[in-house]
Amino acid sequence: MSTTFWIIIAGAIATYLTRVGGHLVLSRFETIHPRVEAGLNAVPAAVLTTLVAPAALGAGPAEWAALIISGLVALRGGLMAMFLTGAVVLILARQFVS
Amino acid sequence: MSTEAIPARSGSSAFWQGARLSIPVVVASGPFAALFGAIAVDNGFSVFEAFLMSASVFGGASQMVGIELFGHHVAPWLIVLSIFAVNFRHVLYSAAIGRSLSHWSAPKQAIAYFLLTDPQYAFAESEAQSGRKVSFVWYMGAALTVYFFWNVLTLAGAIAGTFIPDTSALGIDFLLPIYFLGLVMDFRKRPLWLPIVIVSGIASIIAYKTVGSPWHVSLGALAGVALAVILPPSRSGIGVDPEHMP
Repeated sequence: MSTTFWIIIAGAIATYLTRVGGHLVLSRFETIHPRVEAGLNAVPAAVLTTLVAPAALGAGPAEWAALIISGLVALRGGLMAMFLTGAVVLILARQFVS
Repeated sequence: MSTEAIPARSGSSAFWQGARLSIPVVVASGPFAALFGAIAVDNGFSVFEAFLMSASVFGGASQMVGIELFGHHVAPWLIVLSIFAVNFRHVLYSAAIGRSLSHWSAPKQAIAYFLLTDPQYAFAESEAQSGRKVSFVWYMGAALTVYFFWNVLTLAGAIAGTFIPDTSALGIDFLLPIYFLGLVMDFRKRPLWLPIVIVSGIASIIAYKTVGSPWHVSLGALAGVALAVILPPSRSGIGVDPEHMP
């Protein structure tokens, strides 16, 4: 098998370790300390923010408009409404802003 | 818990309820699967290798980073390490969601963790928060739908190769950040949400500018999590059942 094949397999194993590892390590503890629990509760917002913030900073007015307006829609509507609004605003804004 | 009376979702309807949830994810990530396939072939992967990477790694950002480095002839171990770094956030997902999946058999859990992507974690976490027991069939409905389209569209993109037109006008390149923002907003009822988002956002931008991608994901997240750990438990609402506050 080629080097590429083995890079892919090694990458897949490394990825699976990250997906199963957190649970395997943490399940060894019988009780969870309140601070650990507070930390775990913070995980989703903390991680997902890092996938937005640098992308937003490196973007332009069209992308900012899409983020701001879809963010406002998210305050009232569901995820699908928010997402579709953002996509529409982005496509329209890119026609006028370059 | 007062919410035990809510029954778990069951049967084939549970599968389709999960599948329906994942439609926005398919729409948002599908173009990236096709793009990944096309770029992978362009960077020297065979169509089979592009498909194999989607099927075995199943993590968009890490796959993009992997083929980018592959195109620059970086040492194999460094490519694997970068894939590991991009995906390191899953350790946190895995640790957080483990409590909600522990009533499944070991093989079911082993399969479920293989499919634990960002949106899949968000689905499972919000399902657990709603008071229902997370059903395996429901979980697989959401996960396999995304997995199926991710692989099919990778294959399509790889075969289509360079024939994919300029995607910028359609906004495809910025759909994922919008989608991730939606997921961030979904968690806004959680204790300390705003401080965590601000700290993680600033830390990830600093890390992005200094250490560079892909470390901004792990470092930014660690900053937000560290804030929640450092602040007194009373501030973070632990012990007052914050998930059921209005």
